[in-house]
Amino acid sequence: MAQEIIKVSNLTKKFNKLTAVDGISFSVIQGEIFGFLGPNGAGKSTTINILCTILKPTSGTAIVTCCDVTHEPHRVRKEIGIIFQDPSLDDRLTAEDNLRFHGYLYHMPLKIIDNRIAEVLNLVELYDRRKEFVRKFSGGMKRRLEIARGLMHQPKLLFLDEPTLGLDPQTRAHIWDYILKTRKETGLTIFMTTHYMQEAEVCDRTAIIDHGKIIDLDTPANLKQKYQESTLEGVFLKLTGKEIRAQAGESAWTQWMRRP
Amino acid sequence: MGDLWAVYILWLRDLKRYWYDKARFFASFGQPILFLFVLGSALSPSFTGPKGVTFSEFIFPGIITMTVLFTSIFSAISIVWDREFGFLKEVLVAPISRWSIVIGKAFGGSTVALLQGTFMLMLAPLIGVHLSILQFFQILIAMYIIAFAMSGLGIAIAARMKEMEGFQMIINFIIMPLFFLSGALFPLKNLPAWLTALTNLDPLTYGVDLIRGLMLNLNTFPLVYDLLIMLGFSLVMLAIAVLEFSSVE
Repeated sequence: MAQEIIKVSNLTKKFNKLTAVDGISFSVIQGEIFGFLGPNGAGKSTTINILCTILKPTSGTAIVTCCDVTHEPHRVRKEIGIIFQDPSLDDRLTAEDNLRFHGYLYHMPLKIIDNRIAEVLNLVELYDRRKEFVRKFSGGMKRRLEIARGLMHQPKLLFLDEPTLGLDPQTRAHIWDYILKTRKETGLTIFMTTHYMQEAEVCDRTAIIDHGKIIDLDTPANLKQKYQESTLEGVFLKLTGKEIRAQAGESAWTQWMRRP
Repeated sequence: MGDLWAVYILWLRDLKRYWYDKARFFASFGQPILFLFVLGSALSPSFTGPKGVTFSEFIFPGIITMTVLFTSIFSAISIVWDREFGFLKEVLVAPISRWSIVIGKAFGGSTVALLQGTFMLMLAPLIGVHLSILQFFQILIAMYIIAFAMSGLGIAIAARMKEMEGFQMIINFIIMPLFFLSGALFPLKNLPAWLTALTNLDPLTYGVDLIRGLMLNLNTFPLVYDLLIMLGFSLVMLAIAVLEFSSVE
């Protein structure tokens, strides 16, 4: 029987009057790529932020890897890696500094930190630039470095919140190469959100979410068959409508940071 | 154990950033040097303070405290910067306790402030202040304690600030009053009653007094009293900062 690595039941998150996530339930199976698709403001980032312990749910439970995110956030944090929607590097430090700090923050044994830095930098093809300051990097390079950092402590579960937003097609292809290669080697589970529907095609299963609720959840192939569409994009538009969403373009993180 | 690594790494981060940023290093001496030499020289002739002490000598402890104050608070406020530009996320999702973030940041900011303060202290011969080795080390310890208290204050403020736009407010309404009311630039004796009341309320007064006592033997309060107030203030500020950081919505 496949093991569940994430189990969410009746998860709800309210910000004042706004219900960002409205009683969702789903599970993610160990080893799969799980896509979380939805228009801006649908509740994707809020869900990710709850799953990675930086937001508390208003009600409901979420078990991630071993433990409940509300009661044992510390143990959850050890097992997961996150690549945020907005950059989170220290650009006043070098690429290597950023990774070394990450190693310490995740309590990695000192002996293996140097090796892991070299491994992940080679993976994202930045080894030659390890001594350079991050502020001199292009957007694509920064993203690659964040991928390297997210993988450095060998998490069981990787959260990718719009991992390829704003990147050129070449970089996007490379980033997926790195991630899929790592997944093949380590059996990593991936939970991702994206707006690029072609990218979502690599998912084993996708949930389509809108107005804080899951509308449907299945394999891309089944979804396409069910809704009689040839692409996931077609399914997405059919389920979520064609209107543009009113949203300030703020991530849930930013909203949280600006909380009163 | 893991949390001690986190404290270490956050401390190291501040030191590395300080080391890499040479421009900030030089820029931060501009203001204290201006105060010390321009104000010091200009007001020396009309200064009637304690006998045998020039105005420059008198304000030297104040200027050192000012350097420590500014550097500590600016370092601490960089948390707001991290919040806006991302690095704080990396720290908040790491498996480390919230107190280690606050303590690491406090040690980082205060070490940088101590370094800046030490460079200022080395100007002592130019001012005509002669320090024994013992005094030098006593003053270093005093500076560190002041730096730690002011970093704590900075972090407690930064934990509540959402964006850098409030920064100018902090300078005008917190840093400047702390500095001007501390007796850094004037003797605390024979002041109007309202001003005495305000200077007594300013925690930095006791920091300036501590250094002035150690350096020139001109303290207004007993040094133990100064020391206890500074230590108490740091503890309260750090406790507030830890509480603020621990509140996850």
